[in-house]
Amino acid sequence: MKDFEYIQPDSIATATELLAEGDAAWSNVSRRAIAGGQDLFGELKTGIVEVDSLVDLKATGADNTIAVDPSGNLRIGALVKLTDVAELAERGPVASLLAAAALSVASPQIRSQATLGGNLCQRPRCLYYRRPEAICLKKGGDECFAYGGHNKYNAILGGGPSFIVHPSDLAPALVALDAKVTIAGAGGATRELPLADLYTLPSEGDVTRETVLTPSEVLTQVETQLPLVDRMAGTWRSSWQKFRERDGFDFALSAVAMCLRVADRRIVDARVVLGGVAPRPWRSAEAEAALIGQELATHGSAEFDALAVAAGEAALTGAEPLDHNGYKIPLTKGLVRRALQELSR
Amino acid sequence: MGNLNLKINGDHHPVDAPDHWTLLEVLRYRLDLTGSKQGCDKGDCGACTVLVDGKPELACLLLAGASEGREITTIEGLMPAHRAAGGTGADPVQDAFDRAGALQCGFCQPGMMLSTRALLNEEERPSRERIREALSGNLCRCTGYTQIIQAVELAIHETCGEPVEHPAWAPDQAPWGDAVSTVPGRKGTGSSDTTQGEQA
Repeated sequence: MKDFEYIQPDSIATATELLAEGDAAWSNVSRRAIAGGQDLFGELKTGIVEVDSLVDLKATGADNTIAVDPSGNLRIGALVKLTDVAELAERGPVASLLAAAALSVASPQIRSQATLGGNLCQRPRCLYYRRPEAICLKKGGDECFAYGGHNKYNAILGGGPSFIVHPSDLAPALVALDAKVTIAGAGGATRELPLADLYTLPSEGDVTRETVLTPSEVLTQVETQLPLVDRMAGTWRSSWQKFRERDGFDFALSAVAMCLRVADRRIVDARVVLGGVAPRPWRSAEAEAALIGQELATHGSAEFDALAVAAGEAALTGAEPLDHNGYKIPLTKGLVRRALQELSR
Repeated sequence: MGNLNLKINGDHHPVDAPDHWTLLEVLRYRLDLTGSKQGCDKGDCGACTVLVDGKPELACLLLAGASEGREITTIEGLMPAHRAAGGTGADPVQDAFDRAGALQCGFCQPGMMLSTRALLNEEERPSRERIREALSGNLCRCTGYTQIIQAVELAIHETCGEPVEHPAWAPDQAPWGDAVSTVPGRKGTGSSDTTQGEQA
């Protein structure tokens, strides 16, 4: 790694001030925040990112706790390690979905260093983005090399002009749990956003970024807000399905986070969010509409089959595969089916 | 004197190192603790695994400056910790890896053994599935992993004082010879409780 200065600020306010002092151009800031660093070190060591100094958020003493409210929703500090999310006791649909998603991330070593906030703010895994010699759209160039190149791991939904996929597993799970995030910025400013609104598509603005965070902003907290206690009937169930080339220690080729609210075997509310297939966590209103109002039939029945096919088709509405990633369409439909199968038990 | 003060294997090590050095670089190139291997140096292979406050972490993806104030255990510290706790010989995990032939080139072995130690500190009798998951961040390009899993299970059985299952390929042999290490509070499970070739 190129040499840099390592700064340990004593508060988030100091950290965001330090970050604001850095260069404002996102792709070329000389000062970056570091939390677990598991993604950032990869960028620094390959040389696709260079910094003059790193500002360690872990030193700030900011929130690294998990709080469970009586309904079962969770408030998690952005500095919580993925190991601790993965070890959440399987109490209810929120904790079990998050624990399953966290456990599917990388390896035990990386989970004990990686933080929730860092997982949500990961940079793309695209082969071209990660190669220092490929000055692609994401790095300020003028071409997405994946589009006409090797695109087995790239987007089938929401792509263009860049075709990266967002690599986070926690992001689709948390979007399915109606999570909101708290963001701290320079000058003590804080703002809250639905997690879904943290992410942007390449076509929506600055193609070199995946989130709306400014260089001086950091995530501080995530809070799930699944309507667990309201007057609506039924109970929530959740399922996490992730498919990867190796069974351990790999990114998702496709993933499905599904939450269903079921009353008398009828689906009264639904969240379907796809990972690994789009530049952002891909919430599928079409799949949710295909599920809501239907009977959650027993797996093996013709009714279950029809529901799984309809939901899978709906989830892939608008999918446009590139040359090498057409497999993601049947794969994702299969994961939707697996999620429904788990939830129909 | 040094700009860093690291606590490694129970000892305080004042050390001078540039800000951008990882813990792995400080271990290997300042402190000569070369048991932690520099493999891929980017978080893929697990050869640099150390225990930080008891959890397995990658020393190549951890700044030395960020490891101040934390308890670091490297492979060099396993046997001393085992003996300080009243055991004899090497850590039962090291002993089992040795006797089960869980290595060929040995490059992955320190990381493998530290991941195993972290697992066994949390769970006394992890399932094979748990063992495989716990070792999923440690790559071995020689063994095909079979003897590694067998070594972990050997260490579990011997630590718990249970009879050891014979491997399918050696049904008639005493499995992998007798345990050389003993665990405090338990008799060795081999035919002899005497330790061999030990000097305290």
